[in-house]
Amino acid sequence: MYVAVKGGEEAIENSQRLLEQKRRGDTAVDELSIEQIKEQMSLAVDRVMTEGSLYNRDLAALAIKQAQGDLVEAIFLLRAYRTTLPRLGVSEPINTNSMCIQRRISSTFKDIPGGQVLGATYDYTHRLLDFSLMAEGDEPVSTDELKQMESAADTPRMPRVVDLLNAEGLIETESDGAGTGNIPDLTREPLTLPADRQLRLQALARADEGFLLALGYSTQRGYGNNHPFAGEIRHGTLNIEITPPELGFPIVIGEIEITECEMINQFTGSKKKPPQFTRGYGIAFGHSERKAMSMALIDRALRCAEFGETVVSPAQDQEFVLSHTDNVEASGFVQHLKLPHYVDFQSELELVRRLRKERGDNKQSGIDEKCA
Amino acid sequence: MNSAEQMKTMDIERRRRWIGLLAKATLQELEQGWSQIESKPEYTFIRVPETGQIMIRARTGGVGPQFNLGEMTMSRCAVRLANGYIGFGYTAKHQKRHAELAAVFDAMMQDPVYRSMIETTVIEPVADREQHKRSVSATKIASTNVDFFTLVRGDD
Repeated sequence: MYVAVKGGEEAIENSQRLLEQKRRGDTAVDELSIEQIKEQMSLAVDRVMTEGSLYNRDLAALAIKQAQGDLVEAIFLLRAYRTTLPRLGVSEPINTNSMCIQRRISSTFKDIPGGQVLGATYDYTHRLLDFSLMAEGDEPVSTDELKQMESAADTPRMPRVVDLLNAEGLIETESDGAGTGNIPDLTREPLTLPADRQLRLQALARADEGFLLALGYSTQRGYGNNHPFAGEIRHGTLNIEITPPELGFPIVIGEIEITECEMINQFTGSKKKPPQFTRGYGIAFGHSERKAMSMALIDRALRCAEFGETVVSPAQDQEFVLSHTDNVEASGFVQHLKLPHYVDFQSELELVRRLRKERGDNKQSGIDEKCA
Repeated sequence: MNSAEQMKTMDIERRRRWIGLLAKATLQELEQGWSQIESKPEYTFIRVPETGQIMIRARTGGVGPQFNLGEMTMSRCAVRLANGYIGFGYTAKHQKRHAELAAVFDAMMQDPVYRSMIETTVIEPVADREQHKRSVSATKIASTNVDFFTLVRGDD
């Protein structure tokens, strides 16, 4: 238990001043600009927006700068800021089919309508440190080096890969879900269990990437395995539309980058359902494939009840998963241990001393000996 | 659909387009357009510029029931020009001034006196830049189109 303490104002003020100096580092080195972070650390910005659950590149970059690059701290800053913003409405549901594709791959079918597009990826890099990046003032990579295609003004239409399986009825279909009914919102009501899939997906979308990655990995290693294939991973941009009541028709307010992953999972069938492939869904702001893939694995694992699978592993246990996915909560609770627990600890100390005395242990505790 | 309805649909489509482009413009583009207007219209706020956020909705599996994906910043504003035209400004940017200028331009685009001027100084330059950005990106992306070959194992 934490008991409030008083005092220490001056030391705290000094500590914060010191923090500002630490953040700035050596003043002989140029200060980082928000634009530099946005342009050159874009994947960090993406992660902060996804887990901070607020799409705004400027604010995420500012949070990264302020947190000295500590992404979980930056996520906390962004979450805190979003609570100060009034909710002005909801978007029309995004249509990821209309995505302006920057990357799109499938590991289930070689030839897919629209083709496999690698885009910019680290997948085929050798993971060797590139010391040329250390050299300052080198020429930027010329865009002319990229082979200029004739009239590639528009990306080809890229239908969903899972729809190819739909044609044969070999994969479960997503029902459109009648209307907007009651869409649960974690930011408005606390999490209640059992949570339906819509609520789970909201929680997973803002969940800690590391936690999801580890859990997703655990399913692959046998803790709730569901034989996944990356049916499709796509990354690109799409418009966000709202329908303001004063206008009565949908309008575009901006564009976001998004990553989507559809996992295809083997399912041998149950009493109620025939053998077929099942789906797991992952989605993240920006370019975050690791996050989207991990989320898709966990989405499928948490659907175990739908398919009559027994809960045997952590990744299938929604109380375990959903209660521990949020890194703002987790980090807060772990780190609160740093706050003074003097009174609490004193009482524990008294208790241990008394118990030892009752046991007839005459020797004083080590702490007292050392202190003496 | 009768012709009056068709007109209305066409008008809405045109307005949707310019509102979208005003949202995607940079603040610099809007300010530049504003500075080029010699006789600037007087306007009053119906809704003062404000920043907030909207919830982005996605669908399970991309096509299924909706769920709340996460939020996005939004700024908005509403103005009335001295001549009575009402304009609404929206942008995903966290910028009150952007919403204000977008609202003023939306009102001016409805006014035949200003329309063609705003179209050439603000709307079309933004449309061109967006189109250019898209085609440059599409060209680069297309160069990464890949054909994987499957190697048959144990083939003699």
